[in-house]
Amino acid sequence: MKLHQLSVFMENKPGQLVAPCKALADAGISIITLSLADTEQFGILRLVVKDATEAQKVLEIAGFVVKVTEVIALQVPDCAGGLSELLARIENAEVNIEYMYAFTDKLDDKGVLVFRFSDPDRALEVLGEDVEVVSRVDLYEKLGVK
Amino acid sequence: MSTLFAPAEPAVESQIFDRAETMSRDQLAAVQLDRLRDTMQRAVTLPFYQRAFSASGVTPADINTIEDIAKLPVTTKVDLRDGYPLDFLAVPRADIVRIHGSSGTTGKPTFVPYNRNDLDVWSDLCARFLVAGGLKSEHVCQIAFGYGMFTGAFGLHQGIERVGAAVIPVSSGNTPRQIMIMRDLNADVIICTPSYACTLAEGAVAEGIDPKTLPIQFGHFGGEPWTEDMRECLEVGLGIKAFNNYGLSEVMGPGVSGECAYRCGMHLQEDHFLVECVNPETLEPVAEGEPGELIITTLTKQAMPMIRYRTRDICTITREQCACGRTTMRMSRVVGRSDDMLIIKGVNVFPTQVEEALLKVEGTTPHYLIEVDRPGSMDVVSVKVEITPGNFSDELKAMQQLHDAIDRAIQQVTGLRMKVELVAPKTLERSGGKAVRVIDHRREKGLI
Repeated sequence: MKLHQLSVFMENKPGQLVAPCKALADAGISIITLSLADTEQFGILRLVVKDATEAQKVLEIAGFVVKVTEVIALQVPDCAGGLSELLARIENAEVNIEYMYAFTDKLDDKGVLVFRFSDPDRALEVLGEDVEVVSRVDLYEKLGVK
Repeated sequence: MSTLFAPAEPAVESQIFDRAETMSRDQLAAVQLDRLRDTMQRAVTLPFYQRAFSASGVTPADINTIEDIAKLPVTTKVDLRDGYPLDFLAVPRADIVRIHGSSGTTGKPTFVPYNRNDLDVWSDLCARFLVAGGLKSEHVCQIAFGYGMFTGAFGLHQGIERVGAAVIPVSSGNTPRQIMIMRDLNADVIICTPSYACTLAEGAVAEGIDPKTLPIQFGHFGGEPWTEDMRECLEVGLGIKAFNNYGLSEVMGPGVSGECAYRCGMHLQEDHFLVECVNPETLEPVAEGEPGELIITTLTKQAMPMIRYRTRDICTITREQCACGRTTMRMSRVVGRSDDMLIIKGVNVFPTQVEEALLKVEGTTPHYLIEVDRPGSMDVVSVKVEITPGNFSDELKAMQQLHDAIDRAIQQVTGLRMKVELVAPKTLERSGGKAVRVIDHRREKGLI
């Protein structure tokens, strides 16, 4: 149920994003979603792709430092209170959200958010049966990623 | 006391070659003063020293204690170069029995003449450190230093003969042949640069020979700076004990200092060299344990006496007595060259200190670049540090902590705040395989 997200170290200066994106493009790897976290000096590019192992290899050959992190993608009802109800469960279990970001596409009319929890297993446990967790298969079957 | 000079377990069984190595510090001071006066008398016969002494307003009569050495002017590599070919010769030409030379990085070498007595002393001093490091008369020693103008091969050669051990003067290069000779003649000791010892180990592997099965028991390495990591690598890889020695041709060659069996610093042969460890800027002595530049005055060299030669080699020293019984001062490995020293906001900083700081931070490798600039009236210094798989984290918080840890470590070691920048791996400039460690924009702007 957990997804393998790639994190790539970036220097915070113009033009830095081109190289990793080009390396993936040349290898025919499509980025399903991504987010960029940055400080004044450096940034971390986080990517979800279909085949994380292959993408990691491609990026490392291109000279990047890459880390694989377990994240959880959740389907969130696209209505007022959809997210807050879900977050309450996490909060009560004292699991931290290290960071989160959203998918650009909707899945079954619901928004998809990617969460990095301090304790992914505990998070899955407290979220309950009714929360829809997006699997790797859902990603490329339902979202139609090639 | 730093762990640097703390005795390790004795690596070999060894003896003391010369009782002079254990004389009391008082006795030593008396011998040094006597010999320093002697050296002064030799030096004043040379126009260079006549000029230098009179410019500093000193005469041999001003030398009453060994501390008075500080009154004397220093001699630099440039002075020696200007004295090409033999302006520093202090004996009749007919008395010269050997001339060595240091490889000048800028064209002409510096010639170093020796008379008979100089060669005898040199042989003794090499014998001293070889015996301190386990050499016995029954040993067979393979010398893989290049024979030539370079002092390494000849100095060690003479020292081994003085001990009565056997020399195989293979000289440098041709690794398969070195390995063949070593095995067929059962050589116990290898003499070469530490990097060539690595090459030998690799060469053995390439021939399908386990380097640990080579007959070598120990090695005396010198001729280039090396590290404790390299020692461990050589000891494990070749199954040997590795010893460090130090010297420079300008004052004699190898034999200035070397390690004893305890391997806790190199014993300086103080009855033949008066050694100072000073701040390279002020030339004031540094405290024991603090890095400084070695300044060496020869005490017995006749053909070419050297007064306060600036070695440019940075190390630390201790006068604490060693467990081996020798009373001589010990020096650490050479950690840098004073030519590399940076003065930032009036503080002396060596690139190796930044390296040391980085090694304190877990997962960080010492790939860095120091950039110094002076945009206004203040020096600004930044350190770029390469990120590695070992220290990269997916979380900004952890990366910020890494950044702060590096920042603190640098401040702790150098006493200076530097702006730490984390950069992508392999982005720092490497010229011809050699890393560029320092860019000083102040120099480009003519500010220093």
